[in-house]
Amino acid sequence: MNAFVAILRRDLRLALRQGADSVMVVAFFIVTTTLFPFGVGPEANILARIASGVIWVSALLAAMLSLERVFQTDYEDGTLELLTLSPAPLELLVLGKVCAHWLTTGLPLIIAAPVMAVMLNMDQDGFGTLMIAMLIGTPALSLIGAIGAALILGARRGGVLVSLLVLPLYIPVLIFGAGAVEAALLGISAQAQLQIMGAILLLSLAAAPFATAHAIRQAVE
Amino acid sequence: MTVFTGSDLTCLRGERLVFGDLSFSANTGDAVMLRGRNGAGKSSLLRLMAGLMAPRHGTIRWQGDDIANDKIAHRARLHYLGHQDAIKPVLTVRDNLRLWAELRGISDIDAEIDQALRAFDIHHLGKTAGRYLSSGQKRRTALARILLGQSDLWLLDEPTVGLDRESCAELARLIAEFRAKGGIVIYSTHVDLDIAAPIILDLDPFAIPMMEWLIEHDDEDANQHLSLDMDQGRTTEAAI
Amino acid sequence: MHRFAKPSVFLKLTGAMMPWVVALTVILTAAGLYLALIGSPVDYQQGNTVRIMYIHVPAAWMGLFCYVGMALCGAMSLIWKHPLADICARATAPVGATFTALTLITGSLWGEPMWGTWWVWDARLTSMLILLFLYLGYIALVNAFDDPERGSKAGSALALVGAINVPIVKFSVDWWNTLHQPASVARMGGPTIDPSMLAPLLIMAFAFTGYYFIVLVLRVRLELNQRRIRALQLSGLFDERPVASGDHDELAYDQGHNAGASK
Repeated sequence: MNAFVAILRRDLRLALRQGADSVMVVAFFIVTTTLFPFGVGPEANILARIASGVIWVSALLAAMLSLERVFQTDYEDGTLELLTLSPAPLELLVLGKVCAHWLTTGLPLIIAAPVMAVMLNMDQDGFGTLMIAMLIGTPALSLIGAIGAALILGARRGGVLVSLLVLPLYIPVLIFGAGAVEAALLGISAQAQLQIMGAILLLSLAAAPFATAHAIRQAVE
Repeated sequence: MTVFTGSDLTCLRGERLVFGDLSFSANTGDAVMLRGRNGAGKSSLLRLMAGLMAPRHGTIRWQGDDIANDKIAHRARLHYLGHQDAIKPVLTVRDNLRLWAELRGISDIDAEIDQALRAFDIHHLGKTAGRYLSSGQKRRTALARILLGQSDLWLLDEPTVGLDRESCAELARLIAEFRAKGGIVIYSTHVDLDIAAPIILDLDPFAIPMMEWLIEHDDEDANQHLSLDMDQGRTTEAAI
Repeated sequence: MHRFAKPSVFLKLTGAMMPWVVALTVILTAAGLYLALIGSPVDYQQGNTVRIMYIHVPAAWMGLFCYVGMALCGAMSLIWKHPLADICARATAPVGATFTALTLITGSLWGEPMWGTWWVWDARLTSMLILLFLYLGYIALVNAFDDPERGSKAGSALALVGAINVPIVKFSVDWWNTLHQPASVARMGGPTIDPSMLAPLLIMAFAFTGYYFIVLVLRVRLELNQRRIRALQLSGLFDERPVASGDHDELAYDQGHNAGASK
């Protein structure tokens, strides 16, 4: 557990010193979301209809944008090699890094989401569900994305590649995340969707660290 | 009893045969110097010893146990220094070292780091961010890492790169100290490090030509394909 | 090389089997096509467009079959570290992707006269589209590395992760689709299918499977031979430097396996 805290603290400190990363992710999220009214027109009822989907798609893209860097810099400067050689289990270290990634990108997105929901004219009934759904969904995005980020280490054109690998795997989160908000907007209970998202989160929590660690070991071999 | 041994090691990197049928052994207090031309496999051998990659054939043992059986225990006893320094430019020297100390579960982290920094004469740089370090200072920071915590085995890949004469002497002194405590040091270098009575392991003889190795390990089917080429090879050899 | 030890068994076995498999596939394809295009009845509703089904449905089966095959190969490579498993997975991907693309294209051609539209966000169509994305991701990944072996290993890991995800994706797409089901679209009929139509369908499915095995074997053989060539190149056999200019060992050393040292 010490190792988990150690790597989490270091990654948070790195993110804090470098700063720009989480700001960039949130800025990207906001800019992408604002593009939609330009595309579909400013009519309030159309925007309200598509708001939950737009917010989720933008969040997906923003979360993906920062993925490439999760392991890439550590891979390039030799840190990853030393992490695999440290006496702590690599799976735990991976979990720590993913946790740091979520805290620096997922959490700011959750805070930014209601603001964008207001701008897209979404009904207030959906706000709470949107935030809960994102609270469950974004950690899953970080976990699944970490697998892709580890697989592309050492590959050419890593950035584009990671989106091709990861986006299809994000589809279930998108479907249930947007579905939960839509249910709430219709006044139906969103419990079913949120529970399925919880199941997806638990499954990825159980499987992703192992798959990611496996991919990292391949990369540093 | 020999502590650290490897037998019949064959190493492939990608599809390239690096060396074959290599054996080594080291006792407590030994220093093993790896020698060989570029590409003879010095780094690969060190990575095999660290457990970063697995040999295609052969086993590496620590006190008789295959290191692949208990990787965590093996990692806890070794320090590996690669080509890269793994220094984060935005973190201070101290913070850079802190992670490695924490991952090894050291209790008195600050004291250990102080000691390591003093040993390499970079104590004054403790609060300096990694990006302001010269390459020699970075290397010394990376070397300070191997002083953290308990270890029985140092695997040093070109530790002297970027070091000045004084730091080299300092490193040699620390290696001698480590050996006196019963540690094993295995290193490769192009500079002469002043180390007492190292065992020299020359990798060049283990660089068996790939052709021979292919034929030995391939089957008849492939040999049929190769036989024509081989005949050609033999005639040229005969011509010489 | 070490990895060739078992592959040679593969080469011998498949070499002996190949003519038979090819002959069988040709016969099946001919019979299947005859039955599908001429021998089977015209659908009373769909007319002759129903004949698209004899390509579309087997192709869809093969698209899924190939992905399952890839995932199994990925598992084998993970558990037994058998090099052939990686190669098989890698050889399967383009075939599976082609079948999946064929499914989508024929589905689109079939949908236009039937539903009056080239594309509907039907659960099956959407799942197939996502499957195609998974294939494309795999193909992009295995080809993105300088070391082909590393690419294959990464690909095997991805195939496994994808395989865990396929049922989840399928489930979520079905769920999504029932929520958004457009009313006008009628799904293709259930299991009630006339035997006169079922026979050519099954024959075509077997023909496609035979085709897949032929292509798989050819691609695996190609890859094995390419590896051999690379091994020979690395061993310095193809050196063009005149032998007389230096001693033979020196030549083999520099040009051969030790050239281009990495870490």
